[in-house]
Amino acid sequence: MTLDPQNLLAILGMAIATYATRVAGLALAGRLRLSARAQAAFDAIPPAVLVAVIAPSALATGWAETAAAGLAALAATRLPLLGVVAVGVAAVVGFRALI
Amino acid sequence: MSSVREDLRRGLSDIWPPMLAAVPIGLLFGALAAGKGLSPLEVMVMGILVFAGGAQFAAVELWTTPAPIGALVFSTLLINARHVLMGASITPKLQGFSRWQKLLGLYYMADENWALAEKRARTHRLTPAYWFGMLAPFVACWVTTSTLGAVVGAALGDPRRFGADFAFTALFIALVAAFWKGRVTFWTVAAAGIASALTYRLIGPPWHVLAGALCGLLAAWIAAGDGAGAQPVPAETSAGPRETAPARKTPEPARP
Repeated sequence: MTLDPQNLLAILGMAIATYATRVAGLALAGRLRLSARAQAAFDAIPPAVLVAVIAPSALATGWAETAAAGLAALAATRLPLLGVVAVGVAAVVGFRALI
Repeated sequence: MSSVREDLRRGLSDIWPPMLAAVPIGLLFGALAAGKGLSPLEVMVMGILVFAGGAQFAAVELWTTPAPIGALVFSTLLINARHVLMGASITPKLQGFSRWQKLLGLYYMADENWALAEKRARTHRLTPAYWFGMLAPFVACWVTTSTLGAVVGAALGDPRRFGADFAFTALFIALVAAFWKGRVTFWTVAAAGIASALTYRLIGPPWHVLAGALCGLLAAWIAAGDGAGAQPVPAETSAGPRETAPARKTPEPARP
C-alpha cells in the first residue's frame, strides 16, 4: 500500500478540477443562456475529449489496433458498454496474432 | 411531504440498477489503473476524492511515471465541463437543502444520480434524504469495486497479454456512442480523432488531447451553425428552456 507524493498531488488536482465543475452550477443557476451553436459545442466536449484521448491508440499504433477500433465502433451501435469492451479486447488479441 | 426514512429508502431503490452496472466498470478501472502502476490505495483515494468515472479512465490512460499533473488536471477539467450545465439545472431544485448540504451534495453529483434526481424533481420535492440516500451507496460501490479491481489487476500482471490495454479504447468508443447526437457528433469525432492522431505523431503527448478536443469543438460549432440554416434543427436540441441542460442518454454506467 503506497501513496506516491506526485500521484497524490495529481489526484488532488483532479479532485479540485472536478469539484470546481460540480459547484460552478450553484453560481450559474438561472443565469446561463447559451446560443444553439455554443450549446452544440458544449455538448460536443465529452465525445471530443474521449476521442482525442484514444486516437493515438486507435489510429497511430498499428493496423491491429485500428481494425479492432473499427470493430468496436460497429459493436457500439448494438451492444451495451461491457459488450463493446469485450468485442474490442477480443478483436485486438485476434488481430495482433494475425498481423 | 414524505418522511426522511421514506425518501432515504426511495433513493436507495432508485440507485441500485446503475450501481449494479457500475460494478464491472469499477473492477475494470481498478485493474487498468494497476496496470499503469497505481497502487490500490491510490485508486481508493482517487475514487473517494474525484469520483468521476470518465475523467478517471482518461487520466489513467494518460498516466505515466512521474504523473503528468498538468495534463491530468486539464483532461479532467475538459471531460467534466458538462457538470457545469448539470449543476446549473439541478441547483434550483435543491430548495430544502442547507448551504452546507448543497456544497457536500454536489461534490458527488455524477451523470447517473443527477439524471435520477432530475427525474424525481419532476414529480416530487427533492429532499436531502433522497439525494444522500442515492449518493452514499453509489460512492461506496465505486470506491470498493475500483479498489478491488486494483488489487486483483496487480496480481494479473502485464495487461497487454490479454489485450486489456485496448479495453480503454473500446470503452471510450462505447462512451462516445452514448453521447451520439447525429451529424454534429460525427464531425466532432472525425475532427478530434484526426487532429489528435496527427498531433501525437508530429508533436507528442500530452498535446494531442488539447489539439484533438479543440478541433472537435470547432467542428461541432461549424456543423451546428450550417445545420441550423439548411436543415431542421433536431427536436432533441431545440426542446426545453435553454438554461437547463439538455436531456442526454444517461444509462451509461462508466461515469459515476
